[in-house]
This record gives sequence, C-alpha cells and structure tokens, in this order.
Amino acid sequence: MTELSRIRNFSIVAHIDHGKSTLADRLIQLTGTVAERDMKEQLLDAMDIERERGITIKANTVRIEYPAQDGHTYVLNLIDTPGHVDFAYEVSRSMQAVEGSLLVVDATQGVEAQTLANVYQAIDANHEIVPVLNKIDLPASEPERVKEQIEDVIGIEAHDAVEISAKTGLGIPDVLEAIVQRLPAPAAGDPDAPLKAMLVDSKYDQYLGVIVIVRIIDGTLKKGDRIRMIKTGGTYDVDDVGVYRPAMTSVPSLGPGEIGYLNASIKQVRDTRVGDTITLEKRQCETALPGFKPSVPVVFCGLFPVDTNDFDDMRDAIEKLALNDASFSYEMETSAALGFGFRCGFLGLLHLEVIRDRLEREYDIELITTAPSVIFHVYSRDGEMTELHNPADMPDPATIDHIEEPRIKATVLVPDEYLGDVLKLCQDRRGIQMDLTYAGTRAMVVYDLPLAEVVFDFYDRLKSVTKGYASFDYQMLGYREDNLVKMQVLVNDEPVDALSIMVHRDRAEGRGRAMCEKLKELIPRHMFKIPIQAAIGGRVIARETLSAMRKDVTAKCYGGDATRKKKLLEKQKAGKKKMRQFGKVEIPQEAFINALKMDG
Amino acid sequence: MAEIVEGGFGLYIHWPFCAAKCPYCDFNSHVTRTVDHGAWADAYVREIARLAAETGDQRLDSVYFGGGTPSLMEPATVQAILDAVRAGWSVANDWEVTLEANPTSVEAARFAGYREAGVNRVSVGVQALDDASLKALGRLHSKDEALAALEVARSTFDRVSFDLIYARQGQSLSDWRDELLRGLDLGTDHLSLYQLTIEPGTAFWDRKQAGGLKGLPDEDLGADLYEATAELCAEHGFEAYEVSNFARDGARSTHNLIYWNAGDWGGIGPGAHGRLTLGGERIATEQTLLPKDWLAGVPDGRHESRHLLSSLDRANEYLMMGLRLRDGISLTRLESMAGRPLDANRLTDLEGYGLVERSGSRLAVTEAGRMVLNRVVSELLLE
Ligand SMILES: Nc1nc2c(ncn2[C@@H]2O[C@H](COP(=O)(O)OP(=O)(O)O)[C@@H](O)[C@H]2O)c(=O)[nH]1
Ligand SMILES: C[S@@+](CC[C@H](N)C(=O)[O-])C[C@H]1O[C@@H](n2cnc3c(N)ncnc32)[C@H](O)[C@@H]1O
Ligand code: SF4
Ligand SMILES: [Mg+2]
Repeated sequence: MTELSRIRNFSIVAHIDHGKSTLADRLIQLTGTVAERDMKEQLLDAMDIERERGITIKANTVRIEYPAQDGHTYVLNLIDTPGHVDFAYEVSRSMQAVEGSLLVVDATQGVEAQTLANVYQAIDANHEIVPVLNKIDLPASEPERVKEQIEDVIGIEAHDAVEISAKTGLGIPDVLEAIVQRLPAPAAGDPDAPLKAMLVDSKYDQYLGVIVIVRIIDGTLKKGDRIRMIKTGGTYDVDDVGVYRPAMTSVPSLGPGEIGYLNASIKQVRDTRVGDTITLEKRQCETALPGFKPSVPVVFCGLFPVDTNDFDDMRDAIEKLALNDASFSYEMETSAALGFGFRCGFLGLLHLEVIRDRLEREYDIELITTAPSVIFHVYSRDGEMTELHNPADMPDPATIDHIEEPRIKATVLVPDEYLGDVLKLCQDRRGIQMDLTYAGTRAMVVYDLPLAEVVFDFYDRLKSVTKGYASFDYQMLGYREDNLVKMQVLVNDEPVDALSIMVHRDRAEGRGRAMCEKLKELIPRHMFKIPIQAAIGGRVIARETLSAMRKDVTAKCYGGDATRKKKLLEKQKAGKKKMRQFGKVEIPQEAFINALKMDG
Repeated sequence: MAEIVEGGFGLYIHWPFCAAKCPYCDFNSHVTRTVDHGAWADAYVREIARLAAETGDQRLDSVYFGGGTPSLMEPATVQAILDAVRAGWSVANDWEVTLEANPTSVEAARFAGYREAGVNRVSVGVQALDDASLKALGRLHSKDEALAALEVARSTFDRVSFDLIYARQGQSLSDWRDELLRGLDLGTDHLSLYQLTIEPGTAFWDRKQAGGLKGLPDEDLGADLYEATAELCAEHGFEAYEVSNFARDGARSTHNLIYWNAGDWGGIGPGAHGRLTLGGERIATEQTLLPKDWLAGVPDGRHESRHLLSSLDRANEYLMMGLRLRDGISLTRLESMAGRPLDANRLTDLEGYGLVERSGSRLAVTEAGRMVLNRVVSELLLE
C-alpha cells in the first residue's frame, strides 16, 4: 500500500496522432518500468487492431514508480483511454477514476476537435490539467502560438505548459516533475473502512478470464477477499490483485487512491458493469458510487456470412466477441436476399469496423455488411412509437403518422481554405449551422446534423475534401421529426431488401440515382441486360440499365488446354456461389456497402 | 481391321524448342543452344512404338507437330517419326499431317524436306502483317520474310493455314479490318485468328501487372473486333467453324476437330497431353514439362503420368470443347457420357437469352452465345 500523498493518478488527453502513446512509452521507459529490451512501440495499445489503427479501445492502465527531485518515490498511475469519438462515453467514465490530466497538443498542429472534446470531459471530471506541447523537435512547431490558442479556445492557463518531444525524450523529466508537483494526490481515503472501489473497466483475457480494473476509494482489497458488485449483485472470490507495470504483477493488497486489477474467475465481461461499486460481501460500504448509464449502440447494420455454411461459426464468434464488449449488441436477422445473419448495434462506425475486422480476421469468416443505419422512431397514427433498427422492417406507410430521427451536434475544426468545402458537405447532409467562429487561422464550425447522414461516409468525405486537415467530433442532440421515407432498390425487377435505406423525401431522387449508377458499376455484366431501379412505395424514382456482357470467350483451346481451361470454368462456377443470387442476378458482396457511398 | 474411334484418333508430337521466347507465349517452349537431334528422334520413335502397342491397331486420322517451333526439327527427325507412325497404326487415306512453322527463311528452306517426310499441311505463325507489330510481339521475322515463307509454303504444300494475333496494343477496329483483309487475300484456305490473351507466367503478364502494356482493348472493343472478324471472313468464304478458326469448304483442320469432338489422341513430347480410351475407360495422359527430364524419363516411362477421367469430367470436357464448334455437340452422346442430361432450366434460360440453339439432338451456341462461351459453359457444367 502506498501513502496517499505519494500517489498521482492521471490520464492523457489528446487528439489522435498528437503523441499520446509515444509520451506514455517515454514515461514508462524513463522510469525503468520496462526493461529496455522489452520496449516495443506503443506498449499500452494491446490489441492488434488497436495497434494498426493507432486507437485504444479499452482503457489500459500502467503503474510507474518515479523517484522525484524532492527525494521521495511516487507511484504514478496512468489510465490510457480511447481517443475516438465512438468511445467518448467510455472516456468520460474512466476519467472519473483519476484526479488529473496531461493535455497533449501537437505544437505543429494546435488544438483539434478531439482535443476539445476530451479536455472538456477532463474539466467536467474536475481534473487538474497540465498542458504539454509535444513535437517541439519539429521546425514547424509553434509553442507560443499554440499556448495562446489553448488559452483562447479552451480557456485554461497555458503559459507554464511543458514543452517536450516525446520522440527524442526532450522534456520528459519535466513532465514527470509536473505530474508530481502540479497534479493533486487522491482525496483522503480510509484504509480501514469497508472496501469501496470503482469498477473502471473490464476485459477478457483468453487465459485468465475477465480482468477488472479498479480504483480503490476506501478500504483495502487483497487476494482471498470475497467481493460483491453492488449493482449487479454478483459475488466473487478474489484470486489475484495486482498492478500493470505494464506486465501484470501481483501485489499483496491495493489501498485507497491506488489503481490496479483484480481477477476473480468472472466468466464474462457482461457480468461486470463499468462504474459499479465493488465492496466486500461480509463488510459492505454504506453508500455506493453514483455509477453510469450503460453505453448504448447508435449505429446498426446487418452482418451476414458470405458462405451460408459459416452461419454457426459466425454465431459462436459473435457471442465470443460480445463477451468482451458489452457495448455491442446483436440479434438474429433473416433477409430474403442474404439468408441468416445478425443485426448488430455499435457505438459508432469505427466500432463497427473494428468488430467486423475482428470477425473476419480472428475468426476467418467472410462477411457481407449491409448499409449502416440508425434507430428511427416511427409513430403510428394511434400514437404508438416503435424503434426501427432496420429499414427492411418499416411498417406500412399508411399506418404511420410521422418519423423522427436522431440528430447530432457536430464540431469541425478546419483551416480557412477548406471552410467552404466543409460547409457544403454539411449542407448536403441536411445540416443546420449552429455556430461558426475562428481560432487563429482555423474555423470552428458547429452543425446540427442527422446522425443517419453521418454514420455512413461523412468522416471519409470530410477527410477527403479537407485533405485530412479537418478534425471532427460529435455529441447526440436527441430525436426530431423529418420527412423520411423508405427507398427500395429493385435489381432485375426484384426488390433487394438489404439495399433498402431510409432517406429524406427531398433527397430521395438524388440518392436513388446515385445508388443505381453505383450498382451499375458494381454488378458485373450478366448474359442478359439488367434493369436497376430505385423506388418509393410502388413508384420508381430512378433507373439504370446494365447492358449484357458482350464477350467472355477463351481464344485458344486445344488438346493440351482442356484440363486447365476446364478447371478455370469450374472455378468460375464455384466463384459464383460466393455471390448472392437475386433471382437470376448475382451481386458481389462489396456492392451492398459500396452502393451507398456518395461521391459528391 | 483397324478400329475406328468415335470423334477420331490423332497423334500430337510436341517439339519444345524455340529460337527465342515470345513475350505473350505460355506454351512449353525452351531456348537452348544445342539440341541432340538424334537422341530426340530416337525418343519419339520409342514413344510411338510404346503407344501403338498399347492402343492396338486403330485408324489414325492425323498427326500434328506442334511446339515450341517444330520447323526447327531436322526433316530426318520428322521422317523417322512418321515412319514409326506408319509402322504402328493403319493410317487413313486422307490423313492430315500438320507441322507448325515459324516464317523465317531458314525454316522455309526445310519445307521441301518435310513434304518428303510426309507432312501435307503447314500452319504458319505469321501473327501480324506489319513490322512494328511483329516487333512488339517479340517475333524474329519481318513482314516480308513472313510473306515469302508463306509463298514457299503454298508452293510446297496443298494445305496451308496461318495464324494472326489481333486485339493487340493500340489496334483500332479499322486497323484490324485492313490487316485482316490483306490476310484473307494471301491465298490460303484456313486461318487461325486469335485475340491476344495475356497469360499468367508470360512477360506480357508481368508488364501488365506492373501497370504497363497500355492500350489493350476493353470488352466492347474486343467484341467489336470479334464481330468484324467473323463478318469479313464470312464475306470472303471462310466459315467460322470454331471460335478462332476459319476455313473454306473442306479445309477444316482434321486434327483440331479431334480435340473439339472429344476424340482420342496420343500426346508425345515434353508437356504433351493425351486422351485415350483404353478398355472402356477414358484416360488423361500428361508428360513431363522439362525437355531434359522428358528425354531422361522416356526409357523407363518416368516421363508420363496418367489419371482416369470420371464420367462427369469426360462429359464436361466434351461440353466445353464441343460448344466451341459451330456444329456444337450431340446431346445424346453427352448424356451417355454423363449418365444424365444437362440442366433443362438452364438450357431454357440460355435459349431464351438467344445464346444457344437446339436442333434435334444437337446443341450449339449462336453467334451471340459464342462471344460469351465461357459463361454459357460454366452455366451448363455438370456437377
Ligand atoms: N517528430 C515527432 N514526432 C512525434 C513526437 N511524438 C509522437 N510523434 C509521432 O507522431 C505520430 C503519432 O504518435 P502517437 O503517439 O501514436 O499518437 P497518439 O495517436 O496520440 O497516440 C507517430 O508517428 C509518432 O512517432 C514528437 O515529439 N516528435
Ligand atoms: C503453339 S503456338 C506457336 C506456334 C509457333 N511456335 C509460332 O509461334 O508461330 C500457336 C499459336 O497460338 C497463338 N498464340 C500463342 N500465344 C498466344 C496468346 N497469348 N494470345 C493469343 N494467341 C496466342 C499464336 O498465333 C501461335 O501461332
Ligand atoms: S509463340 Fe511460338 S515461337 Fe514464340 S515462344 Fe511460343 S512457341 Fe516459341
Ligand atoms: Mg495512440
């Protein structure tokens, strides 16, 4: 157990690529927490996909022991949180477990949308904040300008920001001193009181089962304790308690102010609830922590196995993934076109992509992803509201009074020269401008946008129109009525349910035309011509014709070619089985998602 | 009495050597400095005797010397081979003996010798009728040399065919029409006209993968070129009796018809394939690719592998090969091979799209169907 005054708990908030992971690596390295030879880049980003995409999905924690200039050794607990907007809610919860934050800003870039979103969460959590200007080794860095910007835009004191290069190691000792000097020790806690600990996060380890990250408020936690989770009511025997250095290291006990892990043979992540209060079965604390709302999925899509024989494997894989990710929901779905699959809910598009990648990669299942959609609220004439998760389930329009859709407040920071493109993009996506201000040469644009227009390819488009210079973040605003209709796509006169989408009536023609044109490119030519139509109700609003294939014949085929050419044709025949058959038309799997991408 | 084989019986002799490797070619061809002609002649002769002993006396309809570049063979080698063939089988009165020839002057000089040995037809690899294209195709001959060699061929042999490759880089529809019109005027009675195919393992393939080889036709231009080819040939009295083969009356290639009609043929030489009906079973034979392995393997038979074709394989091969012909296939024969008929719904669909036609028990592709033959066949393949 460590004396409270010698503990500092903190997180690092930063926009993506501003150097959060690199700084964490340096802190770990400089304090000798990891032997030099075990040092790999980005120690905290454990999962492969996290490493590849440079994003952290689960909260990670590491304990660093630091002999400070005042002669005392301090225990520094760093909680590393996801930086992406999909996981904003997770971030806000982990922030409750620490008292301070390092605000890392790339001194060549300045404040970005994620910087803002994350720092406001730190402020909301009453953190003491130490601004850190990174990448000052780069000639393009402008620490003075960025300090001013932090003061102007965020409104926190920045003249004594620590200037560092996480890459070269310059200034890292100053960061460590600032943590000790400028961040507060945890509020007083009583080691002898009944255990009161916060469940910060939990994750599944294939060898150890569920590992729970905890922050002790009062009391002590040790191996052999029988604990109780107040919200879920579960009781467990603690097999191990420890800290991450960053390797898991057992300790005899954890006391007030400390952060570590516990392992108690919990079977599923779903059995734990982030924010829950952990106490002792025999000696319970009097009051529980306030707790958190569970995070809810906002983006939905259908996932279907390309090979229908993979359905059982897919179900197993989804169940396994769900054990480790309570924010992801799934239910079985049957589609006339795609067969058996799942309708899955995600926190955002990135979350969707991560789960899909993991299914494909770790479980080796090829998937068809249908268009992402949001939850619409459909009000019937008799006043009842139903949640519509899948456009294919839309009730008869005659019974509908009105439809509401989720709206978001989107904040975009963008250099001047791209402002026009960003405004156009937001307008095109049915946005309503809420605010437009300047911070230096950058504009901050705030829009009220339908989430449905954003979940798909808004972020990709934003990146492409601004050459990657814009940053983006959003918050939910609530539901609002609009003139929404279901648009169907008919291929060779047959409706393809997996291509149905909800659209604004005024935009239906444009979207319909774009989808038909896209499908015309995506569907290979067949032996006959294929009409492709978009329709609302029974009315066709757009139409394209895919002309028949004109030529596919092997020029030369003699005795020696028979064996090889026959194999090729058999392969061609087998390949067709991988496509989805709609009547007589075969549609390649990538068409389902690519048909919806809007180029303009 | 010699036995008569359904679909015909032929012998394919593969000569694996070339003077240089063409960048589009995926045939089993090798460039070496020296060839021991005597040793090769002996090996072929030995193979022929072995095969003849196995098949027993059948009426042989055709022999085909393919390559590689068979016009690099010594006439004496061709002579020795054909002597062995006559000793092994009864040959048909009108048997066809074809040799593939490259049109250089050196090779043309051997034509008379080949005729002496018994060759009665040559297929000349002209490929293009202008020097720039010949160069782009990596050919060693010029246009004038090719025309001269063709002239020698016509005066030496009764039957002469030549090959052209079209749908080349940057070739427009009118370029090809002009070239083909000149080709049709060269006085032969048979033409093989192939659209350039970029085959894996060739220099062209690598160039294309690397983003080079620009200006190849797209599907639509390919289709236009093909249609123009059929049209011009028809106007000049050449019937499109197979996808890429055009003949005046009575000038169809007996040998190639054996392949397309799923007859039997022996395959001798490096990489040669054969199909033999022995004791009621259909057997696929395949010989070793590398010339030196083949030569070394002949004495003890290590150079050949064989496998039995299932009734489905057999039927599917007939379907794939036979539909290349304007005359198509016999559904009765196909059914007796497969033990069941083709999928009736698919046939009806294909008829509905105007891609196939039935008349009596014959099934053939239409002109539109021939252009998408791969699709038609993969629809109909039996599983
Ligand atoms: N030149 C320079 N590059 C840095 C510095 N810190 C981080 N980087 C680079 O910036 C990129 C993003 O860093 P990373 O730590 O992954 O950022 P994160 O997304 O905030 O975790 C990486 O390529 C780092 O190597 C620095 O101080 N100087
Ligand atoms: C066995 S090959 C070569 C015969 C002979 N060695 C020659 O090159 O003239 C027979 C014919 O196939 C054709 N051919 C070879 N490769 C081809 C390709 N990649 N695409 C189209 N035709 C090809 C050529 O017209 C060639 O004459
Ligand atoms: S095309 Fe003919 S000459 Fe050229 S490498 Fe192939 S076989 Fe030899
Ligand atoms: Mg990172």
